[in-house]
Amino acid sequence: MDTVITAPNKTATSTSKPTVSISGSQAVLEALLAENATTIFGYPGGAIMPIYDALYDYTNQIKHILVRHEQGAIHAAQGFARSSGKTGVVFATSGPGATNLVTGLADAMIDSTPLVCITGQVFAHLLGTDAFQEVDVINITTPVTKWNYQITDATEIPHVLAKAFFIAGTGRPGPVLIDITKNAQLQKFEYSGYEKCNHIRSYRPKPIIRKSYIEEAAKVINEAKKPFVIFGQGVILGKAEQELKAFIEKGNFPAAWTLLGLSALPTDHPLNMGMLGMHGNYGPNVLTNECDVLIAVGMRFDDRVTGRLDKYAKQAKVIHLDIDPAEIDKNVQTTVPVWGDCKETLPMLTQLIQPNNHTAWINRFREYAQQEYDVVIQNELNPTSSIMTMGEVIKTLNELTNGEAIVVTDVGQHQMVACRYAKFNQSKSNITSGGAGTMGFGLPAAIGAKFGAPNRTVVAIIGDGGFQMTLQELGTIMQFNVDVKILILNNEFLGMVRQWQQLFHDKRYSFVDITSPNFVQLAKAYHIEGNSIKDRSQLKNALQTMLNHKGSYLLEVMVGKENNVFPMVPQGCSVAEIRLQ
Amino acid sequence: MKKEYTITVYTENQIGLLNRIAIIFSRRKINIESLNTSPSESEGIHRFTILINETEEVVRKLCRQIEKQVEVLKAYYNTEDEIVWQELAMYKVSTDAIAEKVKVERLLREYGARAVVIRKDYTVFETSGHREETDRLIKVLEPHGLIEFVRSARVAIIKSSNGFHEKLKQFEQLEPGEEVIENEYLSKQAEVFSM
Repeated sequence: MDTVITAPNKTATSTSKPTVSISGSQAVLEALLAENATTIFGYPGGAIMPIYDALYDYTNQIKHILVRHEQGAIHAAQGFARSSGKTGVVFATSGPGATNLVTGLADAMIDSTPLVCITGQVFAHLLGTDAFQEVDVINITTPVTKWNYQITDATEIPHVLAKAFFIAGTGRPGPVLIDITKNAQLQKFEYSGYEKCNHIRSYRPKPIIRKSYIEEAAKVINEAKKPFVIFGQGVILGKAEQELKAFIEKGNFPAAWTLLGLSALPTDHPLNMGMLGMHGNYGPNVLTNECDVLIAVGMRFDDRVTGRLDKYAKQAKVIHLDIDPAEIDKNVQTTVPVWGDCKETLPMLTQLIQPNNHTAWINRFREYAQQEYDVVIQNELNPTSSIMTMGEVIKTLNELTNGEAIVVTDVGQHQMVACRYAKFNQSKSNITSGGAGTMGFGLPAAIGAKFGAPNRTVVAIIGDGGFQMTLQELGTIMQFNVDVKILILNNEFLGMVRQWQQLFHDKRYSFVDITSPNFVQLAKAYHIEGNSIKDRSQLKNALQTMLNHKGSYLLEVMVGKENNVFPMVPQGCSVAEIRLQ
Repeated sequence: MKKEYTITVYTENQIGLLNRIAIIFSRRKINIESLNTSPSESEGIHRFTILINETEEVVRKLCRQIEKQVEVLKAYYNTEDEIVWQELAMYKVSTDAIAEKVKVERLLREYGARAVVIRKDYTVFETSGHREETDRLIKVLEPHGLIEFVRSARVAIIKSSNGFHEKLKQFEQLEPGEEVIENEYLSKQAEVFSM
């Protein structure tokens, strides 16, 4: 089928809309076309077969990526959404197909990633009978979806899917799951076209901006001697990167980012002071407890950012810009809340603030940066020992990509090191599992990221542990020729857990010693070229070969077994108690 | 300090919404003392009345989380003195006991109880009121053989509310007016800004 189904002009009754008889499954695909959601990650099965059957006729308009596990499908859709700024779409069957999505839904929920997941379900008359592959998907996924809904009648499909896309992509984005019973997929009904949704009376994506709050916030900011801007993914989701830059540049505010705010501001911007939180930079953490006004933009004060909450920024007046009213005062008491989309609120604030230089204050950050460099960074990036560090691998990668690549990471030490040291020139370039900390996220997310940004280089930096959680997706890379550069930083340990066991559990290394297969041979089995290196002398060439290679490539770099990520805010400590070693 | 709060939630009538609201409490290990769902003053809009024992800070955050649900229009929380509330209670006693002891009938009248069913073997009374009142009637009936007792969830009317009709009209518009988003900051603005 080459064209979108449009209803014919001739109709039985002149008053009603013209209709055409189509199946529920066709209506699903028509909805995807209308929403311009033409890349799907999925896996077929019994209860979603009618949709896959209909898909057979849409393959020149809709690209379906067959993954190797439904978890891979949803992480890929997340990667797609994060690199493209669009809504990711997933197909999965009922029962185990749907339950395999749960980790990804939880991840997308906490990291505010827009997804529409469509799951098949048993026939409506079998619901509640413990039928084959019947699982109560709606109730299982309720805590991990922004919205979910079960369709049992085909006539509901167009408007429910319109609602699904509207809810997933607006306000604070999030995952939506639509469960469609098999009878509804098969059912023919009179289709009168697809209408996008732009209003739900019980759902307000954006709070109304109150001018008086903006004015009050500007007043507090203008009186500040030591203002500090901290920003999160809200800036990227709100497409407000330029607005943020204009704001901090006018006031000369030092700015630091959360893990998911990374890449919203270019790494080498003079006001970019680095990362917040547990493994963030020295200055941003210590000076959080010294600033007089803390301006939080599109971030949610996660415990990994704040450390001990009762000792967090108690001296500061807090201005919190967020689109989600539930985030205001949730963890940190706000002095002036600025509800709204930061794309709109930031320019309003910028207009009202006075230019300033804050030189002495900014220099405080530089002093701390120097101390951190001397004690931590110098050694991490230019180690004197013969054993390679993760940091120097990232540094060399930066030199070769010039900060132009999309860096997808998994979870653990390599993630912290990559986010600390990777360079970024443009937004939507850092894709990682933040709130959920989902090991196994990296490889499938990188696949999705490549589909979302086909013209960009995608490097998946993954640990030896996380890679083994979803390595079956090498099959997807093979089948669809996905050009993903896989960089495994292998320390032969579950490194982050090992680091904690070393520091807080008397070096009792309980089940962190993980063995790995021969990754290069494994890749070869999937017809993916690869290499493994141990020596520093090979590093630059090996990375260059990986980046130059046409198509996917796997490079394993053996790094120090017992290296630790520092600085570190130990759990239960305040951000000012950050340790450099 | 923990005290009793009555949460009133205006929602769409949607399967699964009860679960979505309930898990907001259970996730935080907060016990729901009572929960009632019913129609509201506005057609098609449901009204949840939820009773919990918590600090105001927690209740405020809970209401924000409830309001965040797609099918929830508005969530309010009120203390005891801000609402008019009732609970319905039913008591089943042996008809013989009532017939034999005039005292029992007098007791029931005293508590404003009304006979719903009178059978040869048992009689069912109902009364409504505050918790203490319905509780007290249990105590006095117990010596005379209380066969069954049940009490409904709390239902409450907010004293200062003007109802939901005008709000709903706002919600139905693409760009609702400011009053829809009203929040505690608005009335306490001076306090908020002087912090």
